[in-house]
Order: sequence, then structure tokens, then C-alpha cells
Amino acid sequence: MSDAKLNFSLVSPAKELFSGSVDHVIAPGSEGEFGVLPNHAPFMSTLRSGRVRIIDGDEVHRYFVHGGFADVTPEGLTILAEEAIRLEDLDVEGINEAMAAAGRARDGAKDQAERFKAEGDIQRLQAQLDALEEAHH
Amino acid sequence: MPSLKDLKGRITSVKSTQKITKAKQMVAAAKLRRAQEAAEMAKPYAKRLAGVIANLTSAASGGQGPKLLTGTGKSETHLLIVMTAERGLCGGFNANTVKKAREEITRLRAEGKTVKIITIGKKGREQLVRTYADLMVSHVDTSSTRNSEDLAEIALDFGKELTAGFEAGDFDVATLIYSQFRNVISQVPTAKQMIPAEPPEDTPVIDLKGATYIYEPSEDAILEALLPRYINTLILSALLESAAGEQAASMTAMDNATRNAGELIDKLTLQYNRARQAQITKELIEIISGAEAL
Repeated sequence: MSDAKLNFSLVSPAKELFSGSVDHVIAPGSEGEFGVLPNHAPFMSTLRSGRVRIIDGDEVHRYFVHGGFADVTPEGLTILAEEAIRLEDLDVEGINEAMAAAGRARDGAKDQAERFKAEGDIQRLQAQLDALEEAHH
Repeated sequence: MPSLKDLKGRITSVKSTQKITKAKQMVAAAKLRRAQEAAEMAKPYAKRLAGVIANLTSAASGGQGPKLLTGTGKSETHLLIVMTAERGLCGGFNANTVKKAREEITRLRAEGKTVKIITIGKKGREQLVRTYADLMVSHVDTSSTRNSEDLAEIALDFGKELTAGFEAGDFDVATLIYSQFRNVISQVPTAKQMIPAEPPEDTPVIDLKGATYIYEPSEDAILEALLPRYINTLILSALLESAAGEQAASMTAMDNATRNAGELIDKLTLQYNRARQAQITKELIEIISGAEAL
């Protein structure tokens, strides 16, 4: 069944970012990157921060996701991301600035909660940078 | 009989009130569109997540699961989260939600349960604090929110607070009372149980065609990570619906107020014209009878 397509949707709490039939989706599972083709067995995985690649024919869409789940059922694949953005919409300078701000916040943190929050931000931003880096190779 | 001057003053005052209600109506209409869009955009995520939860719980074997799903095994202490608007001028919107909350409180207390209240939004707090000040445990201020991202942040923080409170044993059951946004003219005060989590019954369970789920890392780990998110999503969609409902209610209420003001102006103008005509007639009679007396 080479003509079978995978129903895929990528949703974040704020909106639905992608919905349609595609050939192949590669997602960053918490236990390792995995690919989903049509007629995949039921599968569920948590996601780490990283990029989702959606391959449809010659087209490749790239998104950055931060936290969330992937759910594969006979009806298709759904990625519920805590946060998702098109990779093209990420801008390196903005991230570097935010990174510097988060670094300052961490060093000046008054309590544990603030430090955790800043460290979480740094990790997320670093993952964004890594995703951009990978995309250039 | 009020004097001409009094009538004129009243007409002017009603006219300026009408201007205010008209302006508020238009502001609400503009905000409603945005709020409604935000609520619509958040729906796919909430729906999918509910579907995933329903799937998981139906596939999950045995009654052993995370506490957020199965509960503490007791239902002694009930936490009610009452969600209302920060502002008035929206008809019965806040009052209806508060009424629903009062009913719930009365019902639970009659059953001998302990009730705790957390309010979100100033108006609900103002109305409940009079009778239930001793039950209030916390309040969430939403007055500084500008857009749906701010609401998302509030939902996230509050969700954390809620799950932490549950794990600390502050309550057994948490119920959210908010105005469900049906459409522009109908907002229904609804009580929704959040903890233990109950996926909506109408969510279709996907037929796996005999296959079994593969979980990565593990079923429990996934459920444990998923449930807090589900609770956040419930709070966020309630916040978004509530925001849309407030604007819709405000628009309807202000439309009515504007129309009432218009009617009042017509009535007062008629009265004013009559009074003026009566005065002219009176003056004429005085002149005529004066001339006749000569």
C-alpha cells in the first residue's frame, strides 16, 4: 500500500498548527527519535524538546516542539505539544537574547522556584538552538 | 408635574448614559470576536487530549492508576473553583455562575462534606465572600490578562497549585464552576469535576482493531505526565470560554440597556413637548382672558 497516507495533526494548547495527510513524520520521542509511517501500530510516547519533521512527497515541514505527547492510532498520528513553532519562525538572535536574559535571571534568582524556572527556560532555548543547528546540516 | 428644566436635564443625562452603554456594547462586540477565536483555536488540543485520556483509561488494565485519575478513595473535602469575570456590566453572567456555586455549596454541605472555595475573578469573590468568607482558601487575580497567552500562563500556574494541593491532601475532589460558552446568547453555568479526572463521556474511543498500545517510556509514566496537562487544559479552556462568555453577555446586556435608554428618551421627549405645549396654551389663555376683562 504505497499510496496510503498518514493522517497527521500537530496541535498546541493555543491552536492547531498542522493538519493533513502526509507520508512520513519523524518526532523526537523521550526515548529516542522515531518515525511514523501509515498503518503504524498503536503507539504512545512522551516527547522531548526537539524538531518534528513532516515529510509529504518532496515537501518537508519542520517544527520545533517543547514537551508533549505523540499518539498513534489506526486513525493516524496526533502530536499534542506543550509549545510548537515552525522552525523557520525561530530567530537565532531572539533566542540568544532570551538565553542571556534567562542566564541573568538564574544568577540573580532569589529562591529555588525562580532558579528552576530560569533553568527550564535555558534548556528550552538550548533545544531550539540545537534544532536550528541540526536543520542546517 | 416636573418643570421643563427638570425634564431637559433628565433627557440629557439619559442620553449620556446611552452613549456609554453603546460604546461598551461596541467594545464588547470587538473583544468577543477575539475571545471567541481564541476559544475556538484551543478546542482541537482539548478535544484530542480528552480523546487520548479516554483511550488510555479504557485501555488501562485494572483499577491501579495515578491518584489524579482514581482519586483518594474518599470524597470528604470538596474544593470548588468558582470562575467569574473581573468586571461587571455583563448582565446576569457573574450572578448566574455564583448562583450555581451557591447551589453546589448548599448541596455538598447538606451531605455533610467539607467545602473549600477558590475564586478566579473578582466578581465571584465579592459575591461569595459575604456568606462564605470562612470557606475561601485562595483567590486568583485575572485582572492583568490581556490575551490568551496570559490566560495560558494563569492556567499553568493554577494547575500546578491545584495538583500540588491535591498531592498534599488538601482536598479529595475538585470541581470547577464556570460559564460554558454555548453561543453568543447562551452561556450555561456548569459544574465540571476536574480531580479525579473524568474524561468526557461523549469522546469516541478509537477502535484499535485488536492491536495493543505500545507505550514509551511506560503507561504509568505517560498517564502521570498527561493528567496534569489535562487539568491545565481544562482550566485554560474554561478561562477562554469564560472570557468569551463575559463579552457576549456584556454585549447583550449593553444592547438592551442602549435600547431601554432610547425608549426612555422617547418617553421623556414626549413628556417634555407636552409640558411645553401646556405652558404655551396656559399663557395664551391668560392673555385672552386678560383682554376679555378689559
